Amino acid sequence: MTLSLIIFLPLLGALLPPLFIRLGRTACAWSAGLLAGTALAILLYHSPAVFAGETLVFTQPWLPALGLNFALRLDGLGLLFALLILGIGLLIILYARYYLSEHDPMGIVGGYELSVVLASAERIQAHALYPVTLVLILLGAFTKSAQFPFHFWLPHAMAAPTPVSAYLHSATMVKAGVFLLARLFPALSGTELWFFLVTGTGTATVLLGAYHALFKHDLKGLLAYSTVSHLGLITLLFGIGTPLAAVAGVFHIINHATFKASLFMAAGIIDHETGTRDMRRLGGLWRYMPHTATLAMVAAASMAGVPLFNGFLSKEMFFAETLHAGWMGEWSWLLPLLATLAALLSVAYSVRFIHDVFFGTGPKDITRTPHEPPRYMKVPVEVLVALCLLVGMLPAWTVAPLLTAAATSTVGAELPYYSLAIWHGFTLPLLMSLIALVGGVILYLLRFRLFALHDRIFPICDAKAWFECGLARTVDASHWLTAWLENGSLQRYAMLLVASMLVVIGTSLWGLPLTGPVPMDAVDGVTLSGALVLALSVVGLVVSVAFVRFSAPDLALTQLSVEMVTILLLMLALYFLPQHSPAESSAARRWRDGLLAGGAGLSVAALAWGVLTRPLETISGYFLEQSVPGGGGSNVVNVILVDFRGFDTLGEITVLAIAAFGIYALLRGLRLPSPSADGEGRPWAEDRHPLILSAVSRPLLPLALVVSLYILLRGHNLPGGGFIAGLVTAVALILQYVASGVVWTRERLPFDYIKLTASGVLIATLTGVASWWFAHPFLTSTFEYIHLPLLGKFELASAMVFDVGVYLTVVGSTLLILANLGKLTLVSQPHEETE
Amino acid sequence: MELLVAIMIGLLTACGIYLLLRARTFPVIMGLTLLSYAVNLFLFVMGRLGQTQPAVIGVGDGQYTDPLPQALVLTAIVIGFAMTAFVVSLALRARGELHSDHVDGNADPRGPGA
Repeated sequence: MTLSLIIFLPLLGALLPPLFIRLGRTACAWSAGLLAGTALAILLYHSPAVFAGETLVFTQPWLPALGLNFALRLDGLGLLFALLILGIGLLIILYARYYLSEHDPMGIVGGYELSVVLASAERIQAHALYPVTLVLILLGAFTKSAQFPFHFWLPHAMAAPTPVSAYLHSATMVKAGVFLLARLFPALSGTELWFFLVTGTGTATVLLGAYHALFKHDLKGLLAYSTVSHLGLITLLFGIGTPLAAVAGVFHIINHATFKASLFMAAGIIDHETGTRDMRRLGGLWRYMPHTATLAMVAAASMAGVPLFNGFLSKEMFFAETLHAGWMGEWSWLLPLLATLAALLSVAYSVRFIHDVFFGTGPKDITRTPHEPPRYMKVPVEVLVALCLLVGMLPAWTVAPLLTAAATSTVGAELPYYSLAIWHGFTLPLLMSLIALVGGVILYLLRFRLFALHDRIFPICDAKAWFECGLARTVDASHWLTAWLENGSLQRYAMLLVASMLVVIGTSLWGLPLTGPVPMDAVDGVTLSGALVLALSVVGLVVSVAFVRFSAPDLALTQLSVEMVTILLLMLALYFLPQHSPAESSAARRWRDGLLAGGAGLSVAALAWGVLTRPLETISGYFLEQSVPGGGGSNVVNVILVDFRGFDTLGEITVLAIAAFGIYALLRGLRLPSPSADGEGRPWAEDRHPLILSAVSRPLLPLALVVSLYILLRGHNLPGGGFIAGLVTAVALILQYVASGVVWTRERLPFDYIKLTASGVLIATLTGVASWWFAHPFLTSTFEYIHLPLLGKFELASAMVFDVGVYLTVVGSTLLILANLGKLTLVSQPHEETE
Repeated sequence: MELLVAIMIGLLTACGIYLLLRARTFPVIMGLTLLSYAVNLFLFVMGRLGQTQPAVIGVGDGQYTDPLPQALVLTAIVIGFAMTAFVVSLALRARGELHSDHVDGNADPRGPGA
C-alpha cells in the first residue's frame, strides 16, 4: 500500500502549491517539499528490503477479465530511479524557491514510472514478431530519451525555467526512455538486432550530441546537447548487452543525474546573477562568485571524466565495455575509437563551460554586478557536488550497494565480478581516458577556428526547422484530405458510405463458397408472378404477398396497412416536393452510382443466397415451446413482441412516439408554397372531396374499428395484435381525412393525438412496472383463464394490456404524423375550404 | 425459389441505393423506402423459406416457420414507416427553409415554387 503512496504523494504535491501560494512562497515550497520528502522517506523505509534482494509488489485488480491490474513493483532499478527522481526533485524544490522570481508561477512537475512485469526472454526473442516489438519499443524509448534522430526536441525544451529543465534533463523525463531500456533489458537484449539498433543509435547520439554541445554558445544549450550525448552513451552501453555493460549504464545514470543536475543549477545561478547565458558575453566570473565556480568546476570535471570524480569511474567502465563488444567482427576497433572521440569532445565542452564562464576576459555587456546567490540556493548544488566527490573517491563505501541492487534487477540475474576501484593499473581504458583529456584540451584551444568552420559548414542544419517543415506539410496534407472527404455534400457522404460498405462486405465475402449444401425449393407461381410484378414497381404489395407466401401472416397484415399509410405519406410529400427531378447528374456520375448500386445489390443478393442455401440453426425453439405454457398465447410472433421481447417492443414504440413528436415539431409553423397544378401542368381536380368516396368511407369507419378491435383482441392467439390493429384503426381514420377533409374530420374526432401517443407508451410502461408490485422483474407477464357463464372460457393476460399500449401508440403517432402533414395543405393553400 | 428471392432482394437493394445517391430529396426518400423493403425481406428470409406453417401453436403439424425474424421485422416495418415520415418532414422543412429540394441545400436553380 505504501508503494502507491510514493507515487501519489508527488502527484498530490502538484496540486498543493496553488492552495498554499496565498500563504507565501516559502509555505508553498514547504508544502511541495514536504510531500516529496515524505515519499522519499517511505522509499528509504523500503530500501533495506530491496538491498537484501527482495522485490516488493503491490497489486490492485483493475480489469481482471482482461488480465489488467494496477501493479507496482519496487526492485533495485526502480529504487534507483525513485531515489533520483524524489531526491533531486526535493533539491530542486529548494532551489526553485530562490530561482523563480515573484512573478513566476510556482509549480513543480511530478512524474512516475510504470514497472513492467518481465516475461521470459527466450520466448520473446524466438517470436516472429520480436523485430517489430523491438523496433516499436525502441522507438518509444529513443524518442523519450532524445536519441538520434529524435534528439532535437530536448534542446528546444530549454524554454522551461532552469529548475524544470534541470529536473527534466537529469532525473525524470529523458531518463524515462533509458529506464524503459533498462527495464526491458533482460527480456529484449542480447540479440544481434538489439545490438546494432541500440548501439548504433547510441553511438550516433553520443557523437552528435557532443559535437553540437561544443558549438552551442548558450550555457543551457551546451548542457542540453551534453545531456543528449550522455543519454546516447547510456543507450550505447545497454546496446552492448553484456551484464557489465548494463552495470556501467546504470552507474552512469546515477553519475549523470548528479553532475548534470548540479551543472544546470549552476547555469541557472549564473543566468540569475548576470542576466545572460551567452558564453561569448560571460567570462571572468571567478572574481565575483568563487564558491559557485568551485562547485561548477567539480561537476564539470565529473562530466569530463577527470579521475577522482564519479564521471571518471563510469567512463572507464564504458571504455572497457566498448573494447569487449561482440558482433563487430573485424570492425571491433571502431567502437572504442568513436567512444574515445566522444569523450574527447565531452572534455572539450566541459573545459569550455568552465573557462568561458569563470575565466578569461569578461563579462561583457552585463548590466548588473554579479555576486554569490542566496545561501540556500547553493545548498542543493553543494549536496550534489559532494555526492560527485564521495562517489568518485570512495565508490565502494557509497554507491556500491545501490548500484549492485539496481544493476542486479536490471540484468535479472547474478552479476559477474566487477571492481569499482579507481586504479586498475595501466590499462587500455586508462590510455583512452588520457587521450580524451589531452585531446579535449587541445580541441578547446583550437575552438575559434572550429567555430568558424562550423558556421561555414552547417548554416542550415537545424533539425527543428526540418521537423516543423515536416509538421506543416503533414497538416497541409490532412487539410487537403479533409477538404476532399468532407466537402459538405450529403450526396458525397452517401456515396462514400455505400462504397465503404461495399468494400467491407466484398472483402469479407470474398473467397467464401457462395452456395451452401441445402437443396432449393421449386419455384411456384406466387413468387414468380411476384418477381414479375416487382418490375411494375408495386413493391410494397409484392412484399406483402411474399410474406403471405412464406407463412408470415402477421407481417403481411402489417406490411399491407403500413403500405397504405406510406402511400399517403409519399403522395403528400410529392404534393409539396417537385414532382420531377432535374437530370443534373453527369453521365459519369450516373455510371458510378449505377456501379455502386449494382455492386451493393449483387453483394446483398449473394449474401442472401449464401444464407438461404445453408442449413438453419435457429434459437426460436425456446419461443415455440414456451409460447403457450409461459406466455399464454399461441401466436408466437405476438407473444415474442409483447412478452419474451417486451422490453424491446417498449423501446420501439417509444422511438415511434419520439419520431411522431419530432415530425410534429418539424412541421409546426411551416408554410410551403403549394402548386396549383401537377407536374405535367394539369390543374388539380375541382372536386376536392368526391361524393362517392365520402359516402362509402363513413359507414366503413365503424366496421373498420370493429375489425381492428377484433384483430387486437385475438392477436395473442391468432395473427393480429397491437401493431396491426393500430395501423388498421389509423388507416380507417385517415380515410376520413382523405374523404372529407382535415377540418371536417377534426371537428368530429376531437382527440389530442399527442396525449393519445403518450398514454400508449405510459400504459405499456406501467404494465411493466406493475410486475414490481408482485416482486417480479420489469415486464414479467401473467395470465389467467376465467369462466363466464354463457360466454365460456376467457383468457386474460397482462401482455394484452401491454398490447393495448402498443395499439394506442401506433394509432396516436400515425395520426399525429399524417394529420400534421395533411394540415400543411390547409395553411399553404390560399383557396382552401373554410368550413 | 431461393435464387429468385435473393435476386429480388438484390434488385430492391440496387434500386434503393441508386436512388439514395440522387441529389433531390424525393428520390432519396424513395431509395430509403426501397432499401428498407430489401432489408426487411432480407431479415425475414433469415428464417428460411422451407417451412410452410405459420408460427401459431396448435395449427398444423408442428413444423412451424421461425417466428423470431418475423417478430423483429414486424416492428422494423412500423419503425421504418415512422423514419420515412420523419425524413419526409425533414425534406419538407428543408424545402420550406432553403427553398430547395437538393440534399445539400443548394439554392434551387428553378426558383421556389417550381
